[in-house]
Amino acid sequence: MTINEIQDKIIDEFSLFDDWMDKYNLLIDLGKDLPVIDPKFKVKDFLIEGCQSKVWLHPEFDGSIISFTADSDAIITRGIVALLIKVMSKRTPEEIIGADLYFIDKIGLRQHLSPTRSNGLLSMVRQIKLYAMAYDAIKK
Amino acid sequence: MKNISEIRADFPILSRKVYDKPLVYFDNGATTQKPQCVIDALSSVYTSYNANIHRGIHFLSDLSSEAYENSREKVRAFINAGKKEEIIFTSGTTGSINGIAFSFGERFIKPGDEIIISHLEHHANIVPWQMMCERKGAVLRVIPVNDAGEIILEDYFKLLSSRTRIVSVTQVSNAFGTVLPVKEIVDAAHAMNIPVMIDGAQGIQHGIVDVKALDCDFYVFSGHKLYGPNGIGILYGKEKWLSELPPFQGGGDMVDKVTFEKTTYNELPFKFEAGTMNYTGAIGLSAALDYIQDIGRENIASREKELLSYATERLSAIKGLRIYGTSKNKISTLSFLLRDIHQYDTGMILDKMGIAVRTGTHCAQPLMNRYGIEGTVRASICFYNTTEEIDILAAGIEKVKSMFA
Repeated sequence: MTINEIQDKIIDEFSLFDDWMDKYNLLIDLGKDLPVIDPKFKVKDFLIEGCQSKVWLHPEFDGSIISFTADSDAIITRGIVALLIKVMSKRTPEEIIGADLYFIDKIGLRQHLSPTRSNGLLSMVRQIKLYAMAYDAIKK
Repeated sequence: MKNISEIRADFPILSRKVYDKPLVYFDNGATTQKPQCVIDALSSVYTSYNANIHRGIHFLSDLSSEAYENSREKVRAFINAGKKEEIIFTSGTTGSINGIAFSFGERFIKPGDEIIISHLEHHANIVPWQMMCERKGAVLRVIPVNDAGEIILEDYFKLLSSRTRIVSVTQVSNAFGTVLPVKEIVDAAHAMNIPVMIDGAQGIQHGIVDVKALDCDFYVFSGHKLYGPNGIGILYGKEKWLSELPPFQGGGDMVDKVTFEKTTYNELPFKFEAGTMNYTGAIGLSAALDYIQDIGRENIASREKELLSYATERLSAIKGLRIYGTSKNKISTLSFLLRDIHQYDTGMILDKMGIAVRTGTHCAQPLMNRYGIEGTVRASICFYNTTEEIDILAAGIEKVKSMFA
């Protein structure tokens, strides 16, 4: 599936819920299901520090595809991290660089990616793109 | 005293909804909401007499200058300062502390001198002193706290020495609500001729402050935490200190004679008020002080005491909830964590229920480190809150617990 196909699938999934509580319960579940990041990557080098919550992001590049693992100390943040990983992991640098992340807005969680909310998520998106640009440069 | 519905009707924002639910505002420690009379005062400046202060010869400038100076007098009376000249308008508590730390450092601090603060301080009463210490080669000393979140007074007495140049402590901890024994702190310092600055940002709105009785050398606070506008604050200083200190900002209005060779400064309080001051904010603050006097500061204090005691009882009964800051002498603040649930998660869910709290380190990272935590959820109460709102908060916390079970 392309980045946009996965985004549309997530939007569909969230559209089943009218109630914010159900959305957050889904996020909490997604957070719980997020594959565990290797503890050796939960170090300062991979830490994206927000004022409110922390995010760890680790990239792996096999020469054509970038895979990300990630974690957060807050569960709701972790749920959104899980969604971002679903969308952005196991992609080529070009796909990541060109991605337009519209699903967060569409599922009504825009506030979590706002610059006024310092939870590490906005920086995580930027960091994902930066890794992609760096690997793209290496490849070339 | 007005009853609670009358009080709440004075604050238009309190009747709004968030996410279709009635707003429950427990973030008063960050900023307080404004009564209609403050909003009207601001609006009337702009609709009927806006003009820059002190320098016009025209009618409107006279009006606004007079209103600005009346505000100064009102602040003087509110904190019982001796003279109007001892009241300096600033941008807020942070502006006031930065100003004093700079000027005091320039005038009095030499390498090896010591400045005492406490472990309960907000970053605003840590960083400006640290910056000054770095500039002057001075040393910052910190009064430790116990597990209840109270400063250890005996350790403070031991820190006082012939090297101490100034003590700067908060009146009330913003993170925990602990009330500090500021009178004892001032008296002990004065016995050794050391001046004391009190950060009143979290103190002044909860009761009566009398700087003469307290005898502190400096007292600072913000308008916006006192039901007034933001961007206006106060630096009170005893005249003997303010006359000796150099200005912390240069510019218009603070000067006497300016030549390219030498500038002489204006007299107090204008020496410390460079450029166009926030006169609108000062006038709004004055309206807020009138409002508080009208409600009655004793009434505010006793009502807030009842609310805190009710909230402490309700929240303590929640299994898995731990309150940080358990001093008997506390004001208006409940800082807590719920089991192992991250404070951000708790805050996010409470927000969705229309409950505004603050989460995080509360600009007091050293204090959070002392307790080995990354932050807390802070509900800060004031007199316009109700026991029903506390019930909503308690129910909200139970809901959070069930969602993260």
